[in-house]
Amino acid sequence: MELVTSILAIAIRAGTSLVYATLGEIYTERAGILNLGLEGIMLMGALSGFATAYYSGSVALALLAALAVGAALAAIHAFLTVTMRANQVVSGLSITLFGSGFASFLGQRLGPISNNHRLVGLSGPRIAPIGVPGLSELPVIGALFTQDILTYALYALIPLAWFYLYRTRHGLNLRAVGEDPQTADAMGVDVFKVKYLATIAGGALVALGGAQLSLSYTPGWSENITGGRGWIVIALVIFAMWNPARAVWGALLFGGINAVQFRLQASGTTIPAGFLNMLPYLATIAVLVAMTFWESLSKRIGAPAGLGNAYMREEK
Amino acid sequence: MRKAPPRFPKGRFYVVMKDRNGEGAWSQDLLPAQGPRARGDGELRERLVEMRGIRKSFPGVQASDGIGLTLARGEVLALLGENGAGKSTLMNILAGLYRPDAGEIHIRGERVRIESPRDAAALGIGMVHQNFMLVDSMTVAENVVLGQRGLPFVPDLRAVKRRILELSARYNLSVDPEAYIWQLSVGEQQRVEILKLLYREADILILDEPTAVLTPQESEELSAVVHRMRGEGKAAIFITHKMEEVMTFSDRVMVLRRGRVVAEKTTADTDPKELARLMVGREVLFRVEKAPFTPGEPVLELRGVSATDDRGLPALRGISLSCRAGEILGIAGVAGNGQRELAEVVTGLRAAKEGLVSINCVETTNASPLSIIRRGVAHIPQDRNQVGAVGDMSVAANLAMKGYRSRPLSSGGIIRPSRFRDLARRLIELFKIATPSTETRIKFLSGGNIQKAILAREIGACGSLLVAVYPSRGLDIGATEAVRNELVAERDKGRAVLLVSEDIDELLSVADTIAVLFEGRVMGVFPAAEADAERIGALMAGMEEGGKRT
Repeated sequence: MELVTSILAIAIRAGTSLVYATLGEIYTERAGILNLGLEGIMLMGALSGFATAYYSGSVALALLAALAVGAALAAIHAFLTVTMRANQVVSGLSITLFGSGFASFLGQRLGPISNNHRLVGLSGPRIAPIGVPGLSELPVIGALFTQDILTYALYALIPLAWFYLYRTRHGLNLRAVGEDPQTADAMGVDVFKVKYLATIAGGALVALGGAQLSLSYTPGWSENITGGRGWIVIALVIFAMWNPARAVWGALLFGGINAVQFRLQASGTTIPAGFLNMLPYLATIAVLVAMTFWESLSKRIGAPAGLGNAYMREEK
Repeated sequence: MRKAPPRFPKGRFYVVMKDRNGEGAWSQDLLPAQGPRARGDGELRERLVEMRGIRKSFPGVQASDGIGLTLARGEVLALLGENGAGKSTLMNILAGLYRPDAGEIHIRGERVRIESPRDAAALGIGMVHQNFMLVDSMTVAENVVLGQRGLPFVPDLRAVKRRILELSARYNLSVDPEAYIWQLSVGEQQRVEILKLLYREADILILDEPTAVLTPQESEELSAVVHRMRGEGKAAIFITHKMEEVMTFSDRVMVLRRGRVVAEKTTADTDPKELARLMVGREVLFRVEKAPFTPGEPVLELRGVSATDDRGLPALRGISLSCRAGEILGIAGVAGNGQRELAEVVTGLRAAKEGLVSINCVETTNASPLSIIRRGVAHIPQDRNQVGAVGDMSVAANLAMKGYRSRPLSSGGIIRPSRFRDLARRLIELFKIATPSTETRIKFLSGGNIQKAILAREIGACGSLLVAVYPSRGLDIGATEAVRNELVAERDKGRAVLLVSEDIDELLSVADTIAVLFEGRVMGVFPAAEADAERIGALMAGMEEGGKRT
């Protein structure tokens, strides 16, 4: 029982950054913008979060810095793809390349002289897990209540994100823009504004996911701290079928695999780590296959129909 | 929600009614809402819309060349013109989708700038577009409130649904507010579009070819709705190229040609013949000249063919037909009764589940499209933009798309662009395709010209059988005439033509033999000379010859 509880606790901690990034990308993609810059934005979020925390000593400032950096990078993507109507895949990939490289560069320049200008190996303020008295002692679900503040925030954020998307005016506009920008435009929705806002807000959430890594999950800065999580998130968005409420399950699954991996490695298993790492992607492929079989269903839950297309009013 | 008080035109008699809640007063015109009003009446009524000197050009096309237009309250104006005459462009400007290069717009006497559809909606202007503006994956209610001004942050969808049901009862536009758009038929989708405008209380309605996708009965319902709205003091502009619609719907008609107004008439003072002449700029033949019917050997034969539609539901149920050389076999039926699937099975684009297809006595059941093309089969598909042409490729490339595999367009697997251009120039000349150049991307042409280009390409590739699916759908008179003449010319050359159409008059004037499809079955096959519109109509509705419904 204790084993289950501890695996679940790690799964949730590992999944938190994934959930933030997945929610961010769901919002971006719901507006019809595919942002493949996630990996770069997460790395920049992790770096700016840690560096700010290290120098200011304030975790709150660190989170704000990460949000701002994520929003700025996503704004570049929005400008390129919405205003300049550049190819979304190319723009996103270049943001990933830029973000990864720039984060790595800054990691070697922003540190104190005592550490040879490097950030690697330093320890700074971190977001510590806080147990909720009473609840954290419960078997199994106690794992839900031994988390850090970012995870607790998610418990509220996920239902809010769902409500926002499916029950509010903004959510209605957002979904319409991603599905059919021409119709949304004709109905008086400001397509450009919605696309910009969704991309920028999405980018900020993605960067927050990155900051959770350097401030809580594996505190400190290290090269490639995200370990490819940005790419996992792209699969998770599909896995969640663009629904915020479902994002949590995929993230838990991926986080759980992470946790099981820790445990298995500690117990000296013979199952190779690569095999376990592969499982989530296998699950994603299975979902994609199932979706094509289920065509009538995919009309309701599938990818936003306008995903990846630039919109211009007077084009036929 | 606060409703604007109803406004009544002067000089008419009205009764004001209220619904049970005492809200939503509406008025009913006591004078019969048929026929146009007396001339001069327009002077008395409030002028809702005035457009002056509107200009708009697209690359290579002057779509609107200084057009002026007025619309009074309680008036229905028809904008008549051929494809590419500038009707839709003008209305897209009024609806805020396009910005004019020059010109003024006055709404209720005030000069306005309409920069976006949002501005247009604020002025009470609403448009039902030719390609419906509905988000497929959302419900009717969600679509109705999308983008509405003053919508609360958390919309009360239940109240929205109630109001939709109210409106649909009042205007006789039945639709389920909770249904998803993709579940609805085309006719139902149009009802949603109209409900959207009614919900927003638009009083200037623009309808872009509203009946193009409707059955005759649905058109009549639409006509009733338009008359009712007119009676309530709203005004409507509708775009069309069908003369009968002008006569039944409108009070006044404006005829456009090449971006200019060529005539403006009170509907009562004109007739379809005059309108057709004004629209095309010359006299139009409504009958097609054709040689006597002398059929040869069967070219296409179908024996007990069954197939399913895209959703996997049965679309063809044991079809047996034959089409002979020198014969036009017309397939009649309301759209969605298996016509598209029939054409696709013949051309190899859809698998037959059962049965046998043969072309010139060679079995081609489920053969590849290429091998069927090589048997001399040409196809004018239903969806000319998706299946018939590649929008982002040039006119020349689109015209070469069937012949590029062999000389003279290519040799040894290398294509010869200069020969593409030669071919394109010849076909553009021959088929009178209006295009700025051979290199223009084909999507910039009007629907009629795209269709002419497809026709030109397919007829060039046609050896024995031409399959034409709704070839004149959405085309104006001039283009329709050209298309029909080409079909007959192919027949006179001794080719077999399978013509799918929902226009009974087209079938009666062009086809030699008519087969009626209903729910994937052949209801009857008879010579066109012995057929009449009523009999075909009854079979199309599923009535057996004896008058029984199956």
